[in-house]
Amino acid sequence: MAYTKRFDGRKFDESRKMEAKVGVVKNADGSAMFRFGDTIAIAVVYGPKQMHPQHMQDPKRGLLRCNYDMLSFSVPERKRPGPNRRSQEIGKVTEWALSSVVDLESYPNTVVDVHIMILQANASTRCAGINAASMALASAGISMKELVSAVSIGKIDDKIVVDLIKEEEDYEDGEGATDMPMAFTKSGEITLLQLDGRIRPEELKEAVKIGKKACKEIYELQKKALRKMEEK
Amino acid sequence: MEISNLTKQRILDYLNEGKRFDSRNLEDFRKIEIEIGVSKNAEGSARVKFGNTEVIAGVKIATAEPYTDHEGEGTLMTTCELLPLSSPRFESGPPSIEAIEIARIVDRGVRESGFIDFGKLCIKEGEKVYSIMLDIYPLNEDGNMIDAAALACVVALKNAKMPKYDEKTGKIEFGKLTNKPIPLTDKTPLTITFHKIGKKIIVDPTREEEDTSEARVSMALFGKKEVMITAMQKGGEADLTEEELEKMLDLGVEKFKELSKLVYKAVGE
Repeated sequence: MAYTKRFDGRKFDESRKMEAKVGVVKNADGSAMFRFGDTIAIAVVYGPKQMHPQHMQDPKRGLLRCNYDMLSFSVPERKRPGPNRRSQEIGKVTEWALSSVVDLESYPNTVVDVHIMILQANASTRCAGINAASMALASAGISMKELVSAVSIGKIDDKIVVDLIKEEEDYEDGEGATDMPMAFTKSGEITLLQLDGRIRPEELKEAVKIGKKACKEIYELQKKALRKMEEK
Repeated sequence: MEISNLTKQRILDYLNEGKRFDSRNLEDFRKIEIEIGVSKNAEGSARVKFGNTEVIAGVKIATAEPYTDHEGEGTLMTTCELLPLSSPRFESGPPSIEAIEIARIVDRGVRESGFIDFGKLCIKEGEKVYSIMLDIYPLNEDGNMIDAAALACVVALKNAKMPKYDEKTGKIEFGKLTNKPIPLTDKTPLTITFHKIGKKIIVDPTREEEDTSEARVSMALFGKKEVMITAMQKGGEADLTEEELEKMLDLGVEKFKELSKLVYKAVGE
Protein backbone atom coordinates (compact mmCIF):
# COMPACT_ATOMS: atom_id res chain seq x y z
CA MET A 1 0.00 0.00 0.00
CA ALA A 2 1.50 3.28 -1.06
CA TYR A 3 1.15 6.28 1.22
CA THR A 4 -1.53 8.20 -0.63
CA LYS A 5 -3.42 9.77 2.23
CA ARG A 6 -2.05 11.10 5.51
CA PHE A 7 -3.21 9.54 8.76
CA ASP A 8 -4.79 12.78 9.92
CA GLY A 9 -6.15 13.75 6.50
CA ARG A 10 -3.79 16.67 5.92
CA LYS A 11 -2.40 17.61 2.53
CA PHE A 12 1.19 16.46 2.05
CA ASP A 13 2.52 20.01 2.28
CA GLU A 14 0.24 21.07 5.11
CA SER A 15 1.39 21.67 8.69
CA ARG A 16 -0.81 20.81 11.62
CA LYS A 17 -2.71 23.64 13.22
CA MET A 18 -0.09 25.95 14.64
CA GLU A 19 -0.29 28.35 17.52
CA ALA A 20 2.30 30.84 18.75
CA LYS A 21 2.16 32.91 21.89
CA VAL A 22 4.64 35.19 23.59
CA GLY A 23 5.00 35.90 27.32
CA VAL A 24 3.94 32.62 28.94
CA VAL A 25 6.30 32.64 31.94
CA LYS A 26 6.27 35.82 34.01
CA ASN A 27 9.53 35.25 35.88
CA ALA A 28 11.55 35.01 32.68
CA ASP A 29 13.20 37.77 30.63
CA GLY A 30 11.48 36.35 27.56
CA SER A 31 9.22 33.39 26.89
CA ALA A 32 7.05 31.83 24.20
CA MET A 33 4.89 28.84 23.39
CA PHE A 34 4.77 27.14 20.00
CA ARG A 35 2.37 24.41 19.04
CA PHE A 36 2.14 22.00 16.09
CA GLY A 37 -1.18 20.21 16.72
CA ASP A 38 -0.68 18.06 19.82
CA THR A 39 2.98 18.99 20.18
CA ILE A 40 3.38 21.87 22.60
CA ALA A 41 6.72 23.47 23.46
CA ILE A 42 7.51 26.39 25.71
CA ALA A 43 10.82 28.22 25.68
CA VAL A 44 12.08 30.61 28.29
CA VAL A 45 15.06 32.98 28.23
CA TYR A 46 17.08 34.20 31.19
CA GLY A 47 19.85 36.64 30.41
CA PRO A 48 22.13 37.95 29.23
CA LYS A 49 23.62 37.47 32.68
CA GLN A 50 27.13 37.17 33.96
CA MET A 51 28.70 33.85 33.09
CA HIS A 52 29.61 31.55 35.94
CA PRO A 53 31.97 29.80 36.35
CA GLN A 54 34.18 32.72 35.48
CA HIS A 55 36.70 30.72 33.44
CA MET A 56 33.96 30.10 30.89
CA GLN A 57 33.52 33.82 30.28
CA ASP A 58 34.50 34.98 26.83
CA PRO A 59 35.53 38.64 26.68
CA LYS A 60 34.75 38.69 22.98
CA ARG A 61 31.24 37.30 22.96
CA GLY A 62 28.40 35.98 25.02
CA LEU A 63 27.43 32.33 25.13
CA LEU A 64 24.10 30.88 24.13
CA ARG A 65 23.17 27.88 26.24
CA CYS A 66 20.14 25.79 25.31
CA ASN A 67 18.56 23.22 27.48
CA TYR A 68 15.85 20.89 26.12
CA ASP A 69 13.73 18.46 28.09
CA MET A 70 10.28 16.90 28.18
CA LEU A 71 7.77 16.63 30.99
CA SER A 72 7.65 13.06 32.25
CA PHE A 73 3.99 12.80 31.26
CA SER A 74 4.31 14.50 27.86
CA VAL A 75 4.67 11.09 26.20
CA PRO A 76 2.56 7.89 26.38
CA GLU A 77 5.20 5.91 28.27
CA ARG A 78 6.54 7.99 31.17
CA LYS A 79 9.90 9.59 30.56
CA ARG A 80 12.20 9.53 33.55
CA PRO A 81 12.53 13.08 34.84
CA GLY A 82 15.79 14.84 34.16
CA PRO A 83 18.12 15.12 31.17
CA ASN A 84 19.23 12.13 29.12
CA ARG A 85 21.48 11.65 26.08
CA ARG A 86 18.70 12.49 23.64
CA SER A 87 17.69 15.71 25.37
CA GLN A 88 21.30 16.84 25.71
CA GLU A 89 21.93 16.37 22.01
CA ILE A 90 18.76 18.22 21.09
CA GLY A 91 19.81 21.05 23.39
CA LYS A 92 23.11 21.26 21.54
CA VAL A 93 21.67 21.24 18.01
CA THR A 94 19.13 23.84 19.14
CA GLU A 95 22.03 26.01 20.29
CA TRP A 96 23.61 25.68 16.85
CA ALA A 97 20.30 26.34 15.15
CA LEU A 98 19.95 29.68 16.95
CA SER A 99 23.53 30.88 17.49
CA SER A 100 24.06 32.37 14.07
CA VAL A 101 21.15 34.80 14.35
CA VAL A 102 21.91 35.98 17.89
CA ASP A 103 24.27 38.93 18.07
CA LEU A 104 26.45 37.37 20.77
CA GLU A 105 29.29 39.88 20.23
CA SER A 106 27.07 42.47 21.89
CA TYR A 107 27.09 40.54 25.15
CA PRO A 108 30.71 39.79 26.12
CA ASN A 109 31.32 37.79 29.31
CA THR A 110 27.68 36.81 29.59
CA VAL A 111 25.49 33.82 29.04
CA VAL A 112 21.99 33.68 27.62
CA ASP A 113 20.13 30.67 28.98
CA VAL A 114 17.34 29.19 26.89
CA HIS A 115 15.21 26.51 28.52
CA ILE A 116 12.90 24.50 26.30
CA MET A 117 10.29 22.24 27.80
CA ILE A 118 7.97 19.96 25.88
CA LEU A 119 4.60 19.94 27.60
CA GLN A 120 2.95 17.48 25.24
CA ALA A 121 4.60 15.46 22.51
CA ASN A 122 3.47 14.08 19.18
CA ALA A 123 6.65 14.29 17.04
CA SER A 124 8.46 17.44 15.83
CA THR A 125 9.21 18.48 19.39
CA ARG A 126 12.66 19.90 18.63
CA CYS A 127 11.21 22.00 15.82
CA ALA A 128 8.44 23.35 18.03
CA GLY A 129 11.13 24.03 20.66
CA ILE A 130 13.31 25.97 18.23
CA ASN A 131 10.35 28.02 17.02
CA ALA A 132 9.42 28.88 20.59
CA ALA A 133 13.05 29.60 21.54
CA SER A 134 13.54 31.95 18.61
CA MET A 135 10.47 33.92 19.69
CA ALA A 136 11.48 33.83 23.35
CA LEU A 137 14.90 35.32 22.49
CA ALA A 138 13.26 38.09 20.50
CA SER A 139 10.76 38.76 23.28
CA ALA A 140 13.62 39.03 25.78
CA GLY A 141 14.94 41.88 23.69
CA ILE A 142 18.13 40.03 22.74
CA SER A 143 19.78 41.59 19.72
CA MET A 144 19.12 39.28 16.76
CA LYS A 145 19.67 39.46 13.04
CA GLU A 146 16.48 37.61 12.25
CA LEU A 147 14.20 34.87 13.48
CA VAL A 148 14.72 31.15 13.01
CA SER A 149 11.87 28.84 12.03
CA ALA A 150 11.95 25.06 12.10
CA VAL A 151 9.84 22.25 10.70
CA SER A 152 10.19 18.53 10.29
CA ILE A 153 9.98 17.25 6.75
CA GLY A 154 9.42 13.57 6.22
CA LYS A 155 9.58 11.08 3.45
CA ILE A 156 6.86 8.55 4.05
CA ASP A 157 7.20 5.72 1.54
CA ASP A 158 7.80 7.84 -1.60
CA LYS A 159 5.97 11.00 -0.51
CA ILE A 160 7.56 14.12 0.92
CA VAL A 161 5.39 15.45 3.73
CA VAL A 162 5.47 18.48 6.00
CA ASP A 163 5.31 18.30 9.82
CA LEU A 164 5.35 14.62 10.77
CA ILE A 165 3.22 13.09 13.46
CA LYS A 166 4.23 10.06 15.53
CA GLU A 167 2.24 7.63 13.39
CA GLU A 168 4.11 8.80 10.30
CA GLU A 169 7.48 8.54 12.00
CA ASP A 170 6.66 4.91 12.73
CA TYR A 171 5.51 4.11 9.17
CA GLU A 172 7.16 0.95 7.92
CA ASP A 173 5.59 0.06 4.57
CA GLY A 174 7.26 0.67 1.21
CA GLU A 175 10.35 2.80 1.66
CA GLY A 176 9.45 3.47 5.29
CA ALA A 177 9.80 6.78 7.06
CA THR A 178 12.59 9.34 6.91
CA ASP A 179 12.49 12.18 9.37
CA MET A 180 14.29 15.42 8.60
CA PRO A 181 14.01 18.20 11.14
CA MET A 182 15.34 21.43 9.65
CA ALA A 183 15.54 25.09 10.55
CA PHE A 184 15.99 28.17 8.40
CA THR A 185 16.75 31.78 9.11
CA LYS A 186 14.28 34.25 7.67
CA SER A 187 16.68 34.86 4.77
CA GLY A 188 16.70 31.14 4.02
CA GLU A 189 19.98 29.90 5.49
CA ILE A 190 19.94 26.40 6.96
CA THR A 191 20.76 26.31 10.68
CA LEU A 192 19.55 22.83 11.64
CA LEU A 193 19.52 19.67 9.65
CA GLN A 194 19.17 16.18 10.96
CA LEU A 195 18.02 13.08 9.21
CA ASP A 196 17.23 9.53 10.01
CA GLY A 197 15.87 7.04 7.57
CA ARG A 198 16.77 6.48 3.92
CA ILE A 199 16.49 9.03 1.14
CA ARG A 200 17.96 9.73 -2.31
CA PRO A 201 20.05 12.89 -2.68
CA GLU A 202 17.59 14.34 -5.21
CA GLU A 203 14.70 13.73 -2.82
CA LEU A 204 16.59 15.45 -0.02
CA LYS A 205 17.11 18.51 -2.20
CA GLU A 206 13.39 18.54 -2.81
CA ALA A 207 12.68 18.11 0.91
CA VAL A 208 14.83 21.12 1.78
CA LYS A 209 12.92 23.26 -0.73
CA ILE A 210 9.62 22.16 0.79
CA GLY A 211 10.95 22.78 4.28
CA LYS A 212 12.03 26.29 3.38
CA LYS A 213 8.58 27.02 2.05
CA ALA A 214 6.85 25.61 5.13
CA CYS A 215 9.07 27.74 7.37
CA LYS A 216 7.86 30.92 5.65
CA GLU A 217 4.41 30.28 7.05
CA ILE A 218 5.85 29.55 10.48
CA TYR A 219 7.89 32.75 10.34
CA GLU A 220 4.76 34.80 9.65
CA LEU A 221 3.06 33.25 12.65
CA GLN A 222 6.06 33.94 14.91
CA LYS A 223 6.21 37.52 13.69
CA LYS A 224 2.50 37.99 14.32
CA ALA A 225 2.77 36.71 17.89
CA LEU A 226 5.71 39.02 18.61
CA ARG A 227 3.84 42.00 17.15
CA LYS A 228 0.94 41.20 19.42
CA MET A 229 3.28 41.39 22.39
CA GLU A 230 4.57 44.79 21.25
CA GLU A 231 1.06 46.13 21.03
CA LYS A 232 0.37 45.23 24.63
CA MET B 1 18.47 35.38 44.23
CA GLU B 2 17.83 36.15 47.88
CA ILE B 3 15.83 39.30 48.43
CA SER B 4 17.39 42.27 50.22
CA ASN B 5 17.26 42.83 53.95
CA LEU B 6 15.43 46.07 53.27
CA THR B 7 12.62 44.22 51.54
CA LYS B 8 12.50 41.72 54.37
CA GLN B 9 12.23 44.49 56.93
CA ARG B 10 9.49 46.15 54.90
CA ILE B 11 7.56 42.89 54.68
CA LEU B 12 7.87 42.51 58.45
CA ASP B 13 6.74 46.11 59.07
CA TYR B 14 3.75 45.59 56.82
CA LEU B 15 2.78 42.35 58.52
CA ASN B 16 2.99 43.95 61.94
CA GLU B 17 0.33 46.36 60.72
CA GLY B 18 -1.65 43.41 59.39
CA LYS B 19 -0.88 44.25 55.78
CA ARG B 20 0.79 42.58 52.79
CA PHE B 21 2.33 44.06 49.64
CA ASP B 22 -0.47 42.71 47.47
CA SER B 23 -3.12 44.00 49.90
CA ARG B 24 -4.23 40.53 50.99
CA ASN B 25 -5.15 39.66 54.54
CA LEU B 26 -2.63 37.53 56.41
CA GLU B 27 -4.68 34.36 56.05
CA ASP B 28 -5.85 34.93 52.47
CA PHE B 29 -4.83 32.83 49.50
CA ARG B 30 -4.08 34.52 46.20
CA LYS B 31 -6.49 33.96 43.33
CA ILE B 32 -6.58 30.21 42.69
CA GLU B 33 -7.24 28.84 39.22
CA ILE B 34 -7.63 25.13 38.49
CA GLU B 35 -7.54 23.61 35.01
CA ILE B 36 -8.13 19.89 34.54
CA GLY B 37 -6.80 17.51 31.92
CA VAL B 38 -4.11 19.69 30.39
CA SER B 39 -2.05 16.90 28.85
CA LYS B 40 -3.22 14.34 26.30
CA ASN B 41 -0.52 11.77 26.96
CA ALA B 42 -0.88 11.74 30.74
CA GLU B 43 -3.36 9.43 32.47
CA GLY B 44 -4.44 12.51 34.38
CA SER B 45 -3.19 16.07 34.68
CA ALA B 46 -3.94 19.48 36.09
CA ARG B 47 -2.65 23.01 36.04
CA VAL B 48 -3.00 25.12 39.14
CA LYS B 49 -2.28 28.78 39.63
CA PHE B 50 -1.89 30.51 42.97
CA GLY B 51 -1.45 34.08 41.78
CA ASN B 52 1.77 34.04 39.74
CA THR B 53 2.76 30.57 40.89
CA GLU B 54 1.85 28.08 38.19
CA VAL B 55 2.26 24.33 38.62
CA ILE B 56 1.39 21.35 36.48
CA ALA B 57 1.06 17.85 37.82
CA GLY B 58 0.67 14.69 35.78
CA VAL B 59 -0.20 11.10 36.55
CA LYS B 60 1.40 8.20 34.70
CA ILE B 61 0.63 4.57 35.46
CA ALA B 62 2.83 1.55 34.83
CA THR B 63 3.13 -1.94 36.24
CA ALA B 64 5.69 -2.77 38.87
CA GLU B 65 6.60 -5.30 41.51
CA PRO B 66 4.89 -4.63 44.84
CA TYR B 67 6.86 -3.86 47.99
CA THR B 68 7.53 -7.02 49.98
CA ASP B 69 5.67 -5.67 53.00
CA HIS B 70 2.58 -4.71 50.94
CA GLU B 71 2.33 -7.52 48.43
CA GLY B 72 -1.29 -6.90 47.50
CA GLU B 73 -1.06 -3.16 47.02
CA GLY B 74 -0.17 -0.78 44.23
CA THR B 75 2.62 1.74 44.65
CA LEU B 76 2.93 5.50 44.50
CA MET B 77 5.94 7.58 43.56
CA THR B 78 5.95 11.35 43.66
CA THR B 79 8.65 13.51 42.12
CA CYS B 80 9.14 17.22 41.72
CA GLU B 81 11.55 18.88 39.34
CA LEU B 82 12.15 22.55 40.01
CA LEU B 83 12.65 23.56 36.41
CA PRO B 84 15.21 26.30 35.78
CA LEU B 85 12.72 27.74 33.31
CA SER B 86 10.27 28.54 36.10
CA SER B 87 12.55 30.81 38.08
CA PRO B 88 16.07 32.26 37.93
CA ARG B 89 16.58 30.71 41.39
CA PHE B 90 16.61 27.17 40.05
CA GLU B 91 19.54 25.51 38.37
CA SER B 92 19.75 22.34 36.33
CA GLY B 93 21.18 19.29 37.98
CA PRO B 94 20.06 16.56 40.31
CA PRO B 95 16.96 17.36 42.41
CA SER B 96 17.67 19.87 45.15
CA ILE B 97 16.60 19.23 48.73
CA GLU B 98 13.87 21.79 48.13
CA ALA B 99 12.42 19.70 45.27
CA ILE B 100 12.75 16.49 47.24
CA GLU B 101 10.95 17.98 50.23
CA ILE B 102 8.05 19.28 48.14
CA ALA B 103 7.57 15.86 46.56
CA ARG B 104 7.78 14.08 49.90
CA ILE B 105 5.31 16.37 51.64
CA VAL B 106 2.83 16.01 48.78
CA ASP B 107 3.39 12.24 48.72
CA ARG B 108 2.71 11.86 52.43
CA GLY B 109 -0.54 13.79 52.22
CA VAL B 110 -1.81 11.63 49.37
CA ARG B 111 -0.57 8.37 50.84
CA GLU B 112 -1.46 8.72 54.50
CA SER B 113 -4.96 10.09 53.96
CA GLY B 114 -5.99 6.86 52.25
CA PHE B 115 -7.07 8.84 49.20
CA ILE B 116 -5.84 6.12 46.85
CA ASP B 117 -7.26 2.64 47.36
CA PHE B 118 -3.99 0.79 46.88
CA GLY B 119 -5.59 -2.61 47.44
CA LYS B 120 -7.53 -2.22 44.20
CA LEU B 121 -4.32 -1.57 42.27
CA CYS B 122 -3.11 -5.13 42.61
CA ILE B 123 -2.87 -7.26 39.45
CA LYS B 124 -1.28 -10.38 40.92
CA GLU B 125 -0.45 -10.49 44.58
CA GLY B 126 3.26 -10.49 45.31
CA GLU B 127 4.13 -10.22 41.64
CA LYS B 128 2.54 -7.38 39.80
CA VAL B 129 0.72 -4.21 40.75
CA TYR B 130 -0.07 -0.85 39.22
CA SER B 131 2.38 1.86 40.05
CA ILE B 132 1.16 5.44 40.08
CA MET B 133 3.68 8.11 39.30
CA LEU B 134 2.89 11.67 40.21
CA ASP B 135 5.18 14.26 38.68
CA ILE B 136 5.18 17.92 39.64
CA TYR B 137 6.59 20.76 37.57
CA PRO B 138 6.43 24.49 38.24
CA LEU B 139 6.08 26.66 35.15
CA ASN B 140 6.40 29.92 37.05
CA GLU B 141 7.49 29.91 40.67
CA ASP B 142 6.34 32.69 42.97
CA GLY B 143 6.13 31.07 46.39
CA ASN B 144 4.04 28.38 48.07
CA MET B 145 4.96 25.55 45.72
CA ILE B 146 3.95 22.98 48.34
CA ASP B 147 0.27 23.90 48.52
CA ALA B 148 -0.07 24.49 44.79
CA ALA B 149 1.66 21.18 44.00
CA ALA B 150 -0.47 19.22 46.47
CA LEU B 151 -3.65 20.67 45.05
CA ALA B 152 -2.55 20.02 41.46
CA CYS B 153 -1.72 16.41 42.32
CA VAL B 154 -5.08 15.75 43.92
CA VAL B 155 -6.95 17.19 40.95
CA ALA B 156 -4.73 15.28 38.50
CA LEU B 157 -5.48 12.04 40.37
CA LYS B 158 -9.20 12.76 40.26
CA ASN B 159 -8.88 13.43 36.55
CA ALA B 160 -6.88 10.27 35.79
CA LYS B 161 -8.07 7.20 33.91
CA MET B 162 -6.57 3.74 34.18
CA PRO B 163 -4.49 2.67 31.18
CA LYS B 164 -5.42 -0.32 29.05
CA TYR B 165 -3.87 -3.51 30.35
CA ASP B 166 -3.40 -6.47 28.04
CA GLU B 167 -4.03 -9.63 30.08
CA LYS B 168 -2.33 -11.87 27.50
CA THR B 169 0.98 -10.06 27.23
CA GLY B 170 0.74 -8.74 30.78
CA LYS B 171 1.70 -5.29 29.57
CA ILE B 172 0.15 -1.86 29.54
CA GLU B 173 -0.78 -0.57 26.11
CA PHE B 174 0.69 2.89 26.40
CA GLY B 175 -1.33 5.63 24.81
CA LYS B 176 -4.62 3.80 25.34
CA LEU B 177 -6.73 4.75 28.30
CA THR B 178 -9.87 3.11 29.62
CA ASN B 179 -12.85 5.00 31.02
CA LYS B 180 -12.10 3.68 34.48
CA PRO B 181 -10.92 6.18 37.05
CA ILE B 182 -8.15 5.38 39.52
CA PRO B 183 -9.62 3.73 42.65
CA LEU B 184 -9.92 6.73 44.95
CA THR B 185 -11.77 7.19 48.21
CA ASP B 186 -13.66 10.25 49.43
CA LYS B 187 -10.72 11.16 51.68
CA THR B 188 -9.50 13.99 49.46
CA PRO B 189 -6.35 15.42 51.08
CA LEU B 190 -5.16 18.99 50.71
CA THR B 191 -2.02 20.57 52.04
CA ILE B 192 -1.89 23.98 53.67
CA THR B 193 1.33 25.64 54.72
CA PHE B 194 1.60 28.34 57.35
CA HIS B 195 4.58 30.63 57.56
CA LYS B 196 5.81 32.46 60.58
CA ILE B 197 7.30 35.88 59.98
CA GLY B 198 8.10 37.79 63.15
CA LYS B 199 5.10 37.19 65.37
CA LYS B 200 2.71 36.83 62.47
CA ILE B 201 1.32 33.75 60.77
CA ILE B 202 0.48 33.92 57.07
CA VAL B 203 -0.70 31.56 54.36
CA ASP B 204 0.19 31.36 50.68
CA PRO B 205 3.39 33.42 50.69
CA THR B 206 4.75 35.02 47.55
CA ARG B 207 8.40 34.32 46.81
CA GLU B 208 9.47 37.47 48.68
CA GLU B 209 7.44 36.50 51.70
CA GLU B 210 8.71 32.94 51.62
CA ASP B 211 12.29 34.24 51.58
CA THR B 212 11.43 36.27 54.68
CA SER B 213 9.75 33.33 56.42
CA GLU B 214 11.44 32.14 59.60
CA ALA B 215 9.53 28.90 60.06
CA ARG B 216 6.74 27.04 58.36
CA VAL B 217 4.32 24.25 59.09
CA SER B 218 2.78 22.21 56.27
CA MET B 219 -0.25 20.13 57.12
CA ALA B 220 -2.26 17.76 54.98
CA LEU B 221 -5.90 17.46 56.00
CA PHE B 222 -8.85 15.44 54.79
CA GLY B 223 -12.41 14.66 55.73
CA LYS B 224 -15.82 15.89 54.69
CA LYS B 225 -17.65 15.93 58.01
CA GLU B 226 -14.82 15.70 60.46
CA VAL B 227 -11.51 17.17 59.38
CA MET B 228 -8.46 15.09 60.22
CA ILE B 229 -4.76 15.84 59.98
CA THR B 230 -2.88 13.21 58.03
CA ALA B 231 0.63 14.57 57.52
CA MET B 232 2.68 17.40 58.89
CA GLN B 233 6.09 18.94 58.62
CA LYS B 234 7.73 21.86 60.32
CA GLY B 235 10.42 23.59 58.33
CA GLY B 236 12.70 26.55 58.95
CA GLU B 237 14.96 27.52 61.79
CA ALA B 238 12.73 29.57 64.07
CA ASP B 239 10.79 27.93 66.85
CA LEU B 240 7.03 27.93 67.34
CA THR B 241 5.05 28.52 70.47
CA GLU B 242 2.28 26.16 71.42
CA GLU B 243 -0.23 29.00 70.87
CA GLU B 244 1.09 29.53 67.36
CA LEU B 245 0.65 25.86 66.53
CA GLU B 246 -2.88 25.89 67.92
CA LYS B 247 -3.71 28.93 65.86
CA MET B 248 -2.37 27.19 62.73
CA LEU B 249 -4.45 24.10 63.43
CA ASP B 250 -7.64 26.14 63.82
CA LEU B 251 -6.92 28.15 60.72
CA GLY B 252 -5.88 24.99 58.89
CA VAL B 253 -9.31 23.45 59.23
CA GLU B 254 -10.93 26.64 58.03
CA LYS B 255 -8.60 26.99 55.04
CA PHE B 256 -8.95 23.29 54.20
CA LYS B 257 -12.71 23.70 53.86
CA GLU B 258 -12.21 26.75 51.69
CA LEU B 259 -9.78 24.97 49.34
CA SER B 260 -11.90 21.81 49.26
CA LYS B 261 -14.80 23.77 47.84
CA LEU B 262 -12.62 24.99 44.99
CA VAL B 263 -11.46 21.45 44.26
CA TYR B 264 -14.95 19.94 44.29
CA LYS B 265 -16.18 22.71 42.04
CA ALA B 266 -13.32 22.22 39.59
CA VAL B 267 -13.82 18.47 39.28
CA GLY B 268 -17.61 18.69 39.42
CA GLU B 269 -18.19 16.66 42.60
